[in-house]
Amino acid sequence: MPSAKRQLLSGNEAIALAARDAGVALGTGYPGTPSTEILERFSELGGRGQWSPNEKVALEVAIGAAFAGARAIVTMKHVGLNVAADPLFTAAYTGVSGGLIVISADDPGMASSQNEQDNRRYAVAAGVPMLEPSDSQEAYDFLFAAFEISERWKLPVILRATTRVCHSYTIVQPRGPNGAPKPPRFERDIRGRVMIPAYARPAHKRLRQKLTEIEEWNETGSMNPVIKGDKKLGIITSGISFMHAREAAPKASVLKLGFTYPLPMKKIAAFAQGVDRCVVIEEGDPYLVDAIRAAGIAVEGKAEMYRFGELDVPRVRRILDHDLSPEPAKPPGKAPQLCDGCQYRLVFEALRKRDCIVAGDIGCYTLGVLKPFEAMDSCVCMGASLGVGLGLRHVLPPEQARRVVSVIGDSTFVHSGISGLVEMIYNPPTEGHVLIILDNATTAMTGHQEHPGTGRKLDHQPTNKLVLEDLARSLGVKRVHVVEPRVGSNEFERTLDECLASRELCVIIARRPCILIVKRLRELEQSECEKKEAPCAAG
Amino acid sequence: MRGRLTNVVVAGLGGQGVLKASDILADVALRAGFDVKKSEIKGMSQRGGSVTSDVRFGQTVLSPMVSPGEADYLLVLEPTQVEPHKHYLKPNGKLITPDAVDVGKLPNKKTLNVALLGALSAHLPLPEAGWLEALREAFRPEFFEHNQQAFLSGRASQSPGK
Ligand SMILES: Cc1ncc(C[n+]2csc(CCOP(=O)(O)OP(=O)(O)O)c2C)c(N)n1
Ligand code: SF4
Repeated sequence: MPSAKRQLLSGNEAIALAARDAGVALGTGYPGTPSTEILERFSELGGRGQWSPNEKVALEVAIGAAFAGARAIVTMKHVGLNVAADPLFTAAYTGVSGGLIVISADDPGMASSQNEQDNRRYAVAAGVPMLEPSDSQEAYDFLFAAFEISERWKLPVILRATTRVCHSYTIVQPRGPNGAPKPPRFERDIRGRVMIPAYARPAHKRLRQKLTEIEEWNETGSMNPVIKGDKKLGIITSGISFMHAREAAPKASVLKLGFTYPLPMKKIAAFAQGVDRCVVIEEGDPYLVDAIRAAGIAVEGKAEMYRFGELDVPRVRRILDHDLSPEPAKPPGKAPQLCDGCQYRLVFEALRKRDCIVAGDIGCYTLGVLKPFEAMDSCVCMGASLGVGLGLRHVLPPEQARRVVSVIGDSTFVHSGISGLVEMIYNPPTEGHVLIILDNATTAMTGHQEHPGTGRKLDHQPTNKLVLEDLARSLGVKRVHVVEPRVGSNEFERTLDECLASRELCVIIARRPCILIVKRLRELEQSECEKKEAPCAAG
Repeated sequence: MRGRLTNVVVAGLGGQGVLKASDILADVALRAGFDVKKSEIKGMSQRGGSVTSDVRFGQTVLSPMVSPGEADYLLVLEPTQVEPHKHYLKPNGKLITPDAVDVGKLPNKKTLNVALLGALSAHLPLPEAGWLEALREAFRPEFFEHNQQAFLSGRASQSPGK
């Protein structure tokens, strides 16, 4: 069994290997740092992994697979769960037949994100059990545990990791493939899965009943070990904070919570009682400390200043020492910037020159906000460029409204820009609007993943292609232009000027592959053409 | 107390092979029977921003991150990245920069990361055979030869006891 060798794996690789070993029939997701490598690796290991247009669809597809009795995982970054929250909350009511694990990769410190929301809150809000690994071995083992819990109580389970778990490499001893899962099969359960109010009311009661049972089970389960130490200091912790805390206070007694919703409050109370001083060490929101205090258990938390950013060993020492002095500032590294030959440079130069008001979006192109362009005026969440641009157009005085432009990447447009485009058609601003879709034929920001508009699947094999200009035209946009922004051509600028002056609804698709994928594209096209045995273009 | 840990920080810019270098180092430590952890922030590395990777090995490693002031070695692939990372070094820790090797003599500029690993290797309790095995696994056969050369020249650049 080759997979049973001890290996150094990232948390993401460990989750992927566990998914393969646990017989996961389908893995879905949408790219997002720090979660992206899970599905990519799962697919490389021979699993069926596929990108969806966005996280909501990804979760829905996984729910379908789990309704059919198969094991499914769905992966996303923390903000992805906002998009997928709607199906999550009601899937907790319907429950599942096969195991369903929602992998949420949070990014405390925002290494590559627009916020540092703490998704442990979602477990509580939706009523979904949650596990939090501290290293790659646990990431591997907890996926198995999550499936056991999910299948025993027929509920989705959240596996919540963070950047430092996803992207740290630690040693993993895998179990190897773990028995064949039962074959998928549809069993009708209308009352269980059709959430009309009459069926949803008892479903909610069932959910709360399951959570009560799970809490009881968690009291004696093996996922919350106590490390016996000095009675003077007790630390309650979870996730990566466990590692920092053990290093900062090697003599302390530690209660390490691996299964963090529903919490084993009796175990926590007993631990707190057995030590002189009990401190909760957790990254991000005061989730554990608030819940523990609400249960009437006296524990110390951390000062508000440690809510921001990641924890590390020095910060844990400071929390334990009640040190509130300002922390040393980190010297700034070199900020990322648009690649030298990036096709977006021309676009942002043109927008800057015309003093456009730019409702921006998220992707590589968000770097258009930095010098020398400074050509972006807002960036809220994926897809927001359309709605925000339209709102600005609706209320600004005409001479300003006419300068408003929405700028969005191709992957982001497919993710959540399409409904914004429908809004543009439905509620057109008096002064019209201009949408620029930056089509670089990839999801560059997160490491160049495919999406429906590239016509390729996760593994880069061809599939049906969503043609953006056809979509825009079919929705009723009259002015749809496809242009190639390149040095030595003023076509993009000309088109932009025409559109800004038109006072109509316009979509400009600025199409040019990201320079970093040109080589890969050429190789893929060459090999596909060879398969078809048609004459291939040279090169 | 636990056995002593070795803390290494590798820093550079996106595209320079920081992560490849730390992968190899971690692999060699694993082969030598140590507990190893490696942690990195890669964020938006393809746009040429700073990239750092921490490697820690010893009997038992807990936190995957090297704390400021605790790095035994700081390996920097790009001179401008010394300043933002030198606070990681402990007071008598060793800084290794491209000055350690004769860059002009490298078989290929892209092997700088491996040449500096060679320089680092001269100070670490890890056997040469382990390094060469790890290099062989890290590169495709056509690139191995150049990287091995770069590694050995980096290793030779550090006189014993330096
Ligand atoms: C809800 C949500 N999911 C995922 C992400 C991570 N993410 C940010 S931008 C982006 C897509 C970028 O692709 P594209 O729009 O094509 O722009 P490019 O990076 O190629 O310029 C992704 C996946 C996010 N910020 N929010
Ligand atoms: S990776 Fe591609 S899209 Fe991103 S800045 Fe570089 S060239 Fe532009």
